[in-house]
Amino acid sequence: MSSNETAPTNYLNADYGVRSWLFTVDHKRIAILYLIAVTFFFALGGLMAVLIRLELATPAGDLVQADVYNRLFTMHGVLMIFFFLIPAIPGVLGNFLIPIMIGAKDMAFPKVNLASWYVYMAGGLFAAWSMLHGGVDTGWTFYTPFSTAFSNTYVISTAIGGFLAGFSSILTGLNFIVTVHRMRAPGLTWFRLPLFVWSLYATAIVQILATPVLAITLVLLIAERAFRIGIFDPALGGDPVLFQHLFWFYSHPAVYIMILPAFGVISELVSAFARKRIFGYRVVAAASVSIAVLGFLVWGHHMFVSSQSPYAGVIFSLLSMLVAVPSAVKVFNWTATLYEGSVSWETPMLYALGFIGLFTIGGLTGVMLATMGIDIHVHDTYFVVAHFHYVMVGAVLMAYLGGLHFWWPKITGRMYPIFWSKISALLVFVGFNLTFFPQFLLGYLGMPRRYHAYPDEFQVLNVLSSAGATVLGVGYLIPLVYFFWSMRYGKRAGDNPWDAFGLEWETTSPPPTFNFPATPKVTLEAYDYTGRAEARLARTQPVRSSP
Amino acid sequence: MKLDFPLFPDSASTFAPQLDGIYFFALAVSTFFSLLIAAAVLYLAVRYRRSEPNAVGKREKAGLWLEISWSVIPLAIMLFMFVWGARVFFDARRPPADAVEYYVTAKQWMWKFQHPEGQREINTLHVPVGQPIVLTMTSEDVIHSFFVPAFRAKMDVLPGRYTRYWFEATKVGTYHLFCAEYCGTEHSLMGGRIVVMEERDYEAWLGGAGSATPRIATGAELFAAKSCTTCHRPDSNLQAPYLEGAFGREAELADGSRVLVDENYLRESILDPTAKVVKGYQPLMPTYQGQLSEEELLQLILYIKSLDGGGPAGGAPTSEAAS
Repeated sequence: MSSNETAPTNYLNADYGVRSWLFTVDHKRIAILYLIAVTFFFALGGLMAVLIRLELATPAGDLVQADVYNRLFTMHGVLMIFFFLIPAIPGVLGNFLIPIMIGAKDMAFPKVNLASWYVYMAGGLFAAWSMLHGGVDTGWTFYTPFSTAFSNTYVISTAIGGFLAGFSSILTGLNFIVTVHRMRAPGLTWFRLPLFVWSLYATAIVQILATPVLAITLVLLIAERAFRIGIFDPALGGDPVLFQHLFWFYSHPAVYIMILPAFGVISELVSAFARKRIFGYRVVAAASVSIAVLGFLVWGHHMFVSSQSPYAGVIFSLLSMLVAVPSAVKVFNWTATLYEGSVSWETPMLYALGFIGLFTIGGLTGVMLATMGIDIHVHDTYFVVAHFHYVMVGAVLMAYLGGLHFWWPKITGRMYPIFWSKISALLVFVGFNLTFFPQFLLGYLGMPRRYHAYPDEFQVLNVLSSAGATVLGVGYLIPLVYFFWSMRYGKRAGDNPWDAFGLEWETTSPPPTFNFPATPKVTLEAYDYTGRAEARLARTQPVRSSP
Repeated sequence: MKLDFPLFPDSASTFAPQLDGIYFFALAVSTFFSLLIAAAVLYLAVRYRRSEPNAVGKREKAGLWLEISWSVIPLAIMLFMFVWGARVFFDARRPPADAVEYYVTAKQWMWKFQHPEGQREINTLHVPVGQPIVLTMTSEDVIHSFFVPAFRAKMDVLPGRYTRYWFEATKVGTYHLFCAEYCGTEHSLMGGRIVVMEERDYEAWLGGAGSATPRIATGAELFAAKSCTTCHRPDSNLQAPYLEGAFGREAELADGSRVLVDENYLRESILDPTAKVVKGYQPLMPTYQGQLSEEELLQLILYIKSLDGGGPAGGAPTSEAAS
């Protein structure tokens, strides 16, 4: 640990001024730009969640009007999915870490990388413009013909926002794929790559293959709404279920765009804090790729009661069971990694262990939903809301926060207060379960989602959920405060505060502009903690034994 | 605020125990695996807690048999659930032959019902207990979804086509009806009640609901009033297909493909007659788009369904005609 107050030149102090940030092509600075943007959109989406939970504390629709409520849950979904969950881990952690983890100076296309942030911000502007003018009330799913012929809100500008955010996602994915293929350091073979890189590689495949379908779908939606070209609206000779097929053909794989990077983060955390190679490294890597591929074939499980043919439903149900297997395998492998490990309960590990529990519940309830017989009853109820929040918030957000706590000392060179970070990890875990577990019960009781008012007998569970949300909210506010605080007052972290394995821990904190003084050479397998310990011993032994 | 609040929904249909059965099985499996993993994580994280600052974990041992078993066992359980779930689903989709047909028309933001005897209701549907009932549903505007938690079933209601929902109520009482597909401003108020009554109470209720023309009679009147009989009659075979006995059979189209004559096909042929023309006929029929309400369409189709040709055997007889 260096107590030297004049930090060596790094990517943060290499240049100063707003221009140096807005025109940067340094992947690390672009990651910071993403960090600021996704934090802003998360706060905005979170604010809407606060209003939603406040409204649902009483059965009557009394806090806001029905139209306002419908806009709130729609914008909450749009912001959280397109502007937070999809870009968060790839945009912030992926951008910062992928070149460093593979020993490269930067991304393959640094300017494209910056462009993808600007495209994303342009999408965000469209979404923000729509909100300021009164928002949109179609639900983030934009189901037709409601969205094309009945809603009188800002559907088109919001759709353009989603369209642009999608292109940003494609550009990011493209950059990751080329970077991982072309820029790995000598000795860094595919099966020596960190699992975080594997998972983002799998994500990138989904991003560039599925996202164009979202773009097409939104263009068709706009064409019907703006020019009355009959595609989805039966009154114009269209088919409303066609929209659902197109929408879920993207939006189901989009779930994997969100969860696969989270899997990657968890693999890094579990390995680092068990000081042990991930159990079944190759299986875990292959599981990421197979989830990415199988994820394209299961979209119809969102449509069992949509009037889709029951025979199609059978195929989609079966394939959905298959995609659950590699997810289950990952959970078992993370758990097995702890066996005979050297486990420390640092803050990032608390998030990782919480993730395993919450993702297990989210995944198993997903299997229940993929079971056609059960879905008839719980489809479009709070059971579904609880399920996808366990996956999206319980898993993805926990992984993102865990990753941020893990790499924060690398990103900023500073450490946050350990005590408060552990308190907040605990609050997030407890608050999350209090908020969303009651919603499973509500769903089976029959409370439909997107309800502004509800029958009295659902109130107790809704009050519990709203109460839990306040705990969760505090859990999110604390890190926001101490991360800011740590940038100025945090203890200097040193290059490798966790004594973790990986190229990112071998450079300085914060890293220099081109990451490494010289291109590193990789000689060890991934996460080879025992190999590294032996090599260290070998380096120190001759010194000690010399007379 | 009431202190006694339910944690489990009422069960009031023959289907409900079937769905609860697979749900409880899946719940048991999920609980078992959630607890197993939570226990394993906690145990291992405590048991192997770092003893000294520089300690590292032991090198992993080969675990191929482990990887295989924790892939195959969950897959086997899930395939079992898949098969069971698919069977339950098909049961929910196949109404029994003796089910009585009711009409449901949804619109922003109300449910309209019509009983076989012609009585109409809005947002409340009275039905007799112990009688299989099939709802033929359509929407006048956006997509809605018919959901009765106590019956454990839901089905989307779409504009421009018919979907079906069947149930047999087992318990007298009043149950929530919800719209489960988001449909705009008053989506959360687009609810209603299903009132399940004893047979005799239902008959009494029907009597008190005012005299009404049975739907099939209205359908017959419409068939004449809309001049369908001008072409669709036995002696005008060259102009239009004679409709007796047509329902439930396959018809050959002009392009050689075959189509099952069901409600959706009849609906399309009335509103968009030139879309699928039966082989041997000219596309002469004018469209009735905008001239018939959703309810009238259903009544007309009901009448066409009832036309039992009594002609040559071989075609699938309609369920209602088979007595």
